[in-house]
Amino acid sequence: MILSRNFVKDYIDLPEKLDIKTIGEDMTRIGNEYDYAGKFVDCTKLVIGEIISCEMHPDSDHLHVCKVNVGSEVLQIVCGAPNAREGIKVIVALDGAILPGGTIKKGQIRGALSNGMICSIAELGLDNKFLKKEDKEGIAELESSAKVGEDALKYLGLDDEIVDFDLTPDRGDLLSILGMAYELGALYDLKVKDMDLKYNEISENINDSFKIDIKTDNCKLFLAKKLVNVEIKESPKFIKNRLMACGIRPINNVVDISNYVMLETGQPLHFYDADRLGDELIVRMANNDEKLTTLDTLERNLDENDIVIATKKEAVGLAGVMGGLTTEVESDTKNIVIESAIFDGVRVRKTSKKIVRSEASNRFEKGLDPKRTYMAIERACALLEKYANAKILKGMCKYDKTISDDKLIDIEYKNINDVLGSNISKEEIINVFNKLGFNCDAKKEYVTVHVPSRRLDITIKEDLIEEVSRIYGVDNIEGRLPVIGEINNYYDNTIRSIRHKMYNLGLNETLSYILVNDKDVHKFTSDEFKELRLLDPITEERNTLRYSVLQSLFKVYEYNKAHNNKNISIFEIGKGFFEMSENQKIAALMTGKYSLGLNNECSVDFYIIKGVVEELLDYLGYENRYSFVIPNNIPKEFHPFQVSEINVNGTVVGIVGKLHPNTVKDDVYVFEINLDKLFEKKVGNMKYKEISKYPSIEKDLAFIVDKDMTSDTIIKEIKKSGGKLLKEIKIFDVYTGENIDNNKKSIAFNLVFEDNTKTLTDEEVTNVFNRIINDVEKKLSAKLRNM
Amino acid sequence: MKYEEIKKLLEMDLKNINSIGELNKLKVKYLGKKGVITELSLEIKNIPNEEKREFGQKVNELKTLFNNEYNSKNEIFKLEELNKKLESEKIDVTLPSTKIRRGSIHPLNRTIEEIEDLFVSMGYEVIDGPELETDEFCFERLNLPDGHPARDMQDSFYITDKYLLRTQTSAVQARTMLNYEGKKPIRMICIGKTYRREDDATHSHQFNQVEGLVIDRKENNVSLADLKGTLEVFMKKMLGENTKLRFRPSYFPFTEPSYEVDCSCFKCGGKGCNLCKQTGWIEVLGSGIVHPNVLKMNGYDPDEWGGFAFGTGIDRLAMFKYGIPDMRYLYQNDVRFLEQFDRKDV
Repeated sequence: MILSRNFVKDYIDLPEKLDIKTIGEDMTRIGNEYDYAGKFVDCTKLVIGEIISCEMHPDSDHLHVCKVNVGSEVLQIVCGAPNAREGIKVIVALDGAILPGGTIKKGQIRGALSNGMICSIAELGLDNKFLKKEDKEGIAELESSAKVGEDALKYLGLDDEIVDFDLTPDRGDLLSILGMAYELGALYDLKVKDMDLKYNEISENINDSFKIDIKTDNCKLFLAKKLVNVEIKESPKFIKNRLMACGIRPINNVVDISNYVMLETGQPLHFYDADRLGDELIVRMANNDEKLTTLDTLERNLDENDIVIATKKEAVGLAGVMGGLTTEVESDTKNIVIESAIFDGVRVRKTSKKIVRSEASNRFEKGLDPKRTYMAIERACALLEKYANAKILKGMCKYDKTISDDKLIDIEYKNINDVLGSNISKEEIINVFNKLGFNCDAKKEYVTVHVPSRRLDITIKEDLIEEVSRIYGVDNIEGRLPVIGEINNYYDNTIRSIRHKMYNLGLNETLSYILVNDKDVHKFTSDEFKELRLLDPITEERNTLRYSVLQSLFKVYEYNKAHNNKNISIFEIGKGFFEMSENQKIAALMTGKYSLGLNNECSVDFYIIKGVVEELLDYLGYENRYSFVIPNNIPKEFHPFQVSEINVNGTVVGIVGKLHPNTVKDDVYVFEINLDKLFEKKVGNMKYKEISKYPSIEKDLAFIVDKDMTSDTIIKEIKKSGGKLLKEIKIFDVYTGENIDNNKKSIAFNLVFEDNTKTLTDEEVTNVFNRIINDVEKKLSAKLRNM
Repeated sequence: MKYEEIKKLLEMDLKNINSIGELNKLKVKYLGKKGVITELSLEIKNIPNEEKREFGQKVNELKTLFNNEYNSKNEIFKLEELNKKLESEKIDVTLPSTKIRRGSIHPLNRTIEEIEDLFVSMGYEVIDGPELETDEFCFERLNLPDGHPARDMQDSFYITDKYLLRTQTSAVQARTMLNYEGKKPIRMICIGKTYRREDDATHSHQFNQVEGLVIDRKENNVSLADLKGTLEVFMKKMLGENTKLRFRPSYFPFTEPSYEVDCSCFKCGGKGCNLCKQTGWIEVLGSGIVHPNVLKMNGYDPDEWGGFAFGTGIDRLAMFKYGIPDMRYLYQNDVRFLEQFDRKDV
C-alpha cells in the first residue's frame, strides 16, 4: 500500500514540518514497515516557463534555440522536441536541477549556449504505465493560465510525497487512506476528519426497477445503487495525481472514482453498465464448466468454488476478483449500477490465485469492515455527482447479514503488564487506546475497550496487549531472563559426536541441497522405493527429494573435480526421504591422498575407507558387533568386486566400496550408513572390564587356502575352535606368489591366549593351538604353512 | 713381577688406552686367566703365613685400582660411542611431517553447535523434528488454517496436498507441546533445515532456522521482557557485545503480540551501509508471545500456561561469523572453502 501525503491530508492534519522519511520510520516502529519514503516525483528546480522565441539551431536540422521566460530572467535553452514553439508554457529544469536521468548543467550544444532543459512528462520519471504517447514524444505543454516562474511540480499537482509500505497480512484496514489516517492519528495523537458523503437523490427509487438476489452464504453484505446520465470524461487533476501516486493508472472519471474510493475507504467497488446489465443482480456459486469472459478479454473456466455475480442469463463478474466484459462501463455508458459488497475472503483468495491477484482481491482476502461498505457506496455517489454529473436514484438494494457494532473486550491492567513484563500505569494504557480511537470504560482493575469494526484484526485480549506494546514502545520495556523452574535440558549429541569423529579422521563436512533431479534419485542404492516428487518444483533440475546422501556427495565430487581439486575426502550427515518418511544418514566419499608426507604419502583404497567405517562404528560402541558381507544386490554404480554391505548384528545398515569405472574413472571410495537403522541396535554404557593378572601367550600361524576364501571365514573357524582362551586374532600377512599355488593364498595370523583365572601352561596352549590347526584344515580344506 | 712393577706397568698401560676394545684387551692382560694380577695373586701360596695378609691386601689394591680405572674409562668410551651413533642419526627437522588429512566442520554446523551450546547452558532442550512435515503441523496447528492470507508469506514445496517440506522449524513447536501433553513447562530449541519455494541472490530454497519455545505456568510470568532479555543474550553472543536490538510489532499467526527483531547492522554498526540499506538495522528474528489458539490446539490451557517463541535464520549468522561474503558458498561445497574450517573456534 502506498500512502500519498496529499491524499491523507484530506483526513488528518499532519504537521508540514514532519519529514516523510520520519513518518516512514515512525510507522515502522509501530509495526508498519516501509520500502520507500520520499518524493513521488523525485526532481528538483523545475519551474514554469514561457517560450518567447523559438528558432532553428544553425548547425542542426532538428534542434531549436529557445528564449524562455522563467520569471526572474530569460534563459536561452536548446531543445530538440518537435513541438517546441513560441508562445507555449513549458516545464523548465534550471541549471543544477536533479532529474531521474541525471543533473542538468548549463553548457554548449553544438556551439549554442543552453541554460537548462525543457522537459517532457516522461523525463520527470513517472512510471511508464502512466505515460501517454504525447508525454514521451514531446515537451509538456501547460495550460496558458500557468504562472511563469512558479514551481512546476506544484502546478502539475505532482509535488506529492509517498511512503510505500510492506504491510503485515492482518492489517487489511491499512489498505486504505482512511485506515492510514487512523494509524497516523494514533502515532501522532491527531484527530481523523469525517468523509464527505453528501449528495442529492432524484425521486425515482432503485427498488422499483432493480432487484438483488443473494443465493450463497459466501456473500454477507451486498449493496447496489443506480445512477443515471453519467458523463464520462477525464478525471480532475487531483484524482488522477492521487491515483498515480498510489500506483494506479487513471482511465476516465467513472473508473477512476471507483479506484479512488477503494483507495480511500479500502472497499473495492464494481460499476456495471446498467443498460447492458438488465434489472437484476444475482450472487451465486459458479457451475462447474461455466465460462466467463473477464474485463481483460480472457475467457475463464469457472467451477463451483468460485463466487459469481450474474444476471438470470449469465455470469457477469467474478466476485471480488474481476468484472465481466459484457457489462463493462465504456465511453458510451449512460447509466450505471454500483456494487459494494463483502465476499468470503478464503473463496476470493482461492479464485484469485487461480485467475489473477488484484488490488480488489487483496482487500477481500484480508477482510472488510461493513461500515466501510456503506461508506464507500455513498462516497462514490457523492463523487460521481460532483465529477460526472450523475443523477442518483433514491434508495439502495440491500442484503446485510453482518454485524458492525464495536467489539467489547475486557482486559485487566495486570494482565497487560504480566504479558509484557512491564509496569505501565492504568492512565498510560487508557491513553494508548484513546490514541487508537478506541473508546474505553475504565474500571479499577480492568478496562472495557470498544474496538471499532474497522479493526478486524483485534478479536482477543492478546491483540489489545499488542496494541499497547506497539504504541507504548517495546524499547521502553527492560529485558530480563526467564527464571528456570522445572527443567529437562536433554540434548542428544550423537550426531554432533559423529561429525567430530569424522572431522578427526580427516574428512571435510559438506552441506548439500536435498532437492535433486529425479534421474539421480535411485543411484548408489539397490533399495527399492517410490521417490518423492515435488508438486511444483522451481526447476526440473531439483524436482525430487533425495534418498541417498551419497548421491549428493557424488555431485560435490564432480563439482570439485571440475574445479581441479584432486584430494577429496568428504562426508555429510543428512536426511534421505522415501514413502512420506525420512532417515538420518551419513555418507562419505574419498579419493586421492589420505596421508601426506615425504615418504609416507598414501592414497585412499578400500581398506582405508573401511578403516574409517570401523573407527566410526567402534567409536559409537559397536565394536565386535559388525561384519562386512558381500552383497547379493550390488548397485550398478559400485565396483562389483570391491564392495561390501555393512552388517550390524544381522541387519544391513550400509554399504562401502569402490565406485565402478563406468561411474567415474578415478579411484573413488564411498560409504553410506543409515543411522536410524544403526541406532535401532542399542549400545550399553561403557563398563570397566577386569584386566587379567596373568601373562598371555602369543602364537603365530599361517594357512594356505583358496584364493576366493574371505579372511572372515577363517577367523570365524579359528574363534570357534579357540574357545574362551583365545583372546585376540590379528591378520599380519597375506601372501601370494612363489611357493604358493596360483589359485591359493597364504594368510598369517597372530593369536593371543589368556586365562583370567590362572597362568596358562604351555601344554594347555598347545592343545588349543593344535585343535585350531586341525579344525581349520579339515573344515576349510586349508593347509598349515610351514613358517 | 712384584707389586710395584705391576702397578707402574698398569698405570702406564691405562694412559695409552683409546678404545673400549683396547680396554677389554687390557682386562685380559691383567685380570684374565693368565693375567698379570691373576698370576701375582697365585703366588700367595709361596708367601710365608705372616706376610700373607699384607700380600693379599696389595693384590686387592691392584684389582681395585684396575676396576676403578676400567669402569670410569668404560663409561667415557660408551658415551663417546653413543654420541657418535646419535650424530649419525641427525635429521632435518624442517622437512615436512607425515600426517593424515585435516578434516573440517561446515561453518553452518559450527554455528548451529554454538547456538545449541548457548541454549543448553540456559537450560533448554534441543529437539529434532521431521523435515518432511504435514500441513497440519507446519500450518494448521500454528493457527494458520487453509486459505489464511499469511500462508502467502511462505511459498511451500508440497509433495502431496498433505505433505510438504517444512517452511519453518516452528512445526516442532506443536510436536513438542503435544508430546508434553499440556502438563510440563517447555524450554526448547529446534535447529534444522527449512525449505521455501524461492531462489535468488539473497534467498536459498534450502536454509537453516533455529526455533525457540518457552512455556511455563502463568504464575511464572514468562513475558515479553523475558523474550527480550533472551534474544539480547542470543544476539550478543552471535553478533558481538555491542549489538543492539529493536523490537518492531509485526504479525505472525502463531504469536500475539508478535515482533520482528532488528539488530544494529553488524557491518556498519548502525551508521548505515549498503547491507542495511542505510537504515542501520538488519531484520534477524521473528518472535512473540505464544498465541492462545496455538496453546489450546496443542493441549495447553491458555488460562494456565503462557510463554514466548522465536525463530531466526542461521545462514546469515554463519556468514557474519566467518565473514563469508556470498550465501551460495555455503552450499557449493568447494573443498578449498570447506578445508578452511579445520580448527577449533575461539
